[in-house]
Amino acid sequence: MELTGAEITIRCLRDEGVEYIFGYPGGAALHIYDALHRQQEVMHILVRHEQGATHAADGYARSTGKPGVVLVTSGPGVTNTVTGIATAYMDSIPMVVITGQVPSNVIGQDAFQEVDTVGVTRPCVKHNFLVKDITKLAETIKKAFHIATTGKPGPVVVDIPKDITAQKTEYIYPDSVNIRSYQPTRRGHPKQIKKAVQALLTAQRPVIYTGGGIILGDAHEELTELVRLLGYPCTNTLMGLGGYPATDPLFIGMLGMHGTYESNMAMHDCDVLLAVGARFDDRVTGELAKFCPYAKIIHVDVDPSSISKNVPASIPVVGEAKLILKEMIESVKASELKPDDAAIKNWWQTIDKWRALDSFGYDQSDEVIKPQYVVEKLYELTQGDAFVTSDVGQHQMFAAQFYKFDYPRRWINSGGLGTMGFGLPAAMGVQLAHPDATVATITGEGSIVMCIQELSTCLQYDLPINVINLNNRYLGMVRQWQEFFYERRYSHSYMDALPDFVKLAESFGHVGLRIDKPGDVEDALKQAIADTGRLYFMDFVTDQTENVYPMIAAGKGHHEMHLKPDKVDAHDQRELA
Amino acid sequence: MRHVISIVMENEPGALSRVSGLFSARGYNIESLIVAPTEDHTLSRMTLVTSGSDSVIEQITKQLNKLIEVVKLQDLTENRFIEREMMLIKVKAHENTTREEMMRLSEIFRGRIIDVTDTVYTIELTGNSNKIDSFLEALGEKNIIEVVRTGVSGIARGNRSLKI
Repeated sequence: MELTGAEITIRCLRDEGVEYIFGYPGGAALHIYDALHRQQEVMHILVRHEQGATHAADGYARSTGKPGVVLVTSGPGVTNTVTGIATAYMDSIPMVVITGQVPSNVIGQDAFQEVDTVGVTRPCVKHNFLVKDITKLAETIKKAFHIATTGKPGPVVVDIPKDITAQKTEYIYPDSVNIRSYQPTRRGHPKQIKKAVQALLTAQRPVIYTGGGIILGDAHEELTELVRLLGYPCTNTLMGLGGYPATDPLFIGMLGMHGTYESNMAMHDCDVLLAVGARFDDRVTGELAKFCPYAKIIHVDVDPSSISKNVPASIPVVGEAKLILKEMIESVKASELKPDDAAIKNWWQTIDKWRALDSFGYDQSDEVIKPQYVVEKLYELTQGDAFVTSDVGQHQMFAAQFYKFDYPRRWINSGGLGTMGFGLPAAMGVQLAHPDATVATITGEGSIVMCIQELSTCLQYDLPINVINLNNRYLGMVRQWQEFFYERRYSHSYMDALPDFVKLAESFGHVGLRIDKPGDVEDALKQAIADTGRLYFMDFVTDQTENVYPMIAAGKGHHEMHLKPDKVDAHDQRELA
Repeated sequence: MRHVISIVMENEPGALSRVSGLFSARGYNIESLIVAPTEDHTLSRMTLVTSGSDSVIEQITKQLNKLIEVVKLQDLTENRFIEREMMLIKVKAHENTTREEMMRLSEIFRGRIIDVTDTVYTIELTGNSNKIDSFLEALGEKNIIEVVRTGVSGIARGNRSLKI
């Protein structure tokens, strides 16, 4: 039977197993929306701004491992998705974005709501397509899903002119596609794996440093097994949290700019570094010239261009983390060489000394709510089992520092692009994918208003998200940098004329709470979590001057961390390995 | 160091802009870039001349390989190779002495005069970039009216090939 291009588009999504698409209609997408209306299998979530659609699809993808799907119209529909597409691109999130385009015969004529979608999105997609022939439509959508979900995942845009969605052709959805120019490497080279294991087993001061690739590649079990088999310290990047259980004693915390003292010192002093699914981002490495000066670096990554991009690797291994870690486990087990117990014991003693400093420690107050305290309470009350999304800034760092993620796909934040406004729409995608789970958005009064309109979507689809607004009336991270590096000239970081968030939440049909005493924090959180039927917007009035410690400033190495002032003495007494 | 990279890509619209976009986005140099379809109409062949340290060139080849439409690539500079560039050039030829001088220079460099008026010669010249540069130098700036260069195309010497 012949179907229209619009019907084919929706049938492809159905046959791809898509549950939800996040979108917003408009002229060029109207045929597709009409086809959507005439079926029940693919559920459409109407957002309030196209940016929200991309973040929601992104949250869905991060929390499930399945690709997120977006449908928008041409022109402004597309440009509004660019921030969300770039967010997904930087964090390698599988996403397929279907965009309506003006009819083929007016492309290039500056038609109403026309934009060069392929051109505008090119720098921030894994790949994009403009469909010019209806007989190629189904195959193109199949290719889009294939490219988005394999190798190093990423967003793929499929731009479909309106006339193509009206034409008819036979519908055949291919079971698979083979793209001759796209053949990602899956298995690591056996010789490289052997070399890597050899280096690991002869290490005196090893560190295992892993990133988002462990989560994306579903390699957390293999990672946990390898780390425990070796008994080596493991640190995760911001994107990698949950890749190794945070409550395990072998876990030395997040590393990088606001990571733990022990993880950063261990990085600096280590002699063998195993990096898996991590890309040596500048927020992780600090000053490259001072990075891991004594280490032999083993780098496992599915993306060859990540290897030796910022830091040269001595032993590169290209392939999927899961398969390579499995082989490393087998190889370690079979090896006659065993870890040097005495050296490793010694290494742990050094690390434990650093750990004893408690670098995240903060001063609790009876008067004013400390942001860290709110996150700690959330962790306690949810027993580490919630899905936590965040926006970008101090609250994001406090969330990463104080919520201990034992499982992958629970911590959902914009790490690479650092997109404010990400948290709430991402939480919508998470809550839809996990209707019975507790979903919390840790945000600030700066970030939350960037996509506040999505509160309306939350009402329409009954999404009982717990919005935790750490409201310090400042763009906190900007203020912190201005305090440290701009002699306290607080240029435009104070948020004047804020809305009454309680009334705002209520006007959107949700529950609003304002909490300004430390003693009330727990009750508010309990009430919100217990009510699984409604969205709670909790406006926590927090300490205005709290800073995120510790910190590696620009141009500094791991060993030059800026500590909370009362911990500085201990830092000075650090014993060099 | 200067590198000549040969790329086989899917012959799709926009393929060229993916390559040029990659270079501008990541701040790599392009000295020249030429592209045309091959005997297989589904494929385009591109020759790109760039320069950079070893680590930059490594990243360039990795990033190019990462483009979905790149089927295969080869850094020709890693082995022996042949490079050619073609130039079309209009030179002044209004007096007898310059007309003779221009014709002689063209012959020395194995160029061909392909169009003539009473004041202008148009010369076609093929060779590697050095030869073309030398020819331009020999002609002298004051005699040159207009220059069009194709940019470098290259191919490996011997049995090596970039066949799909």
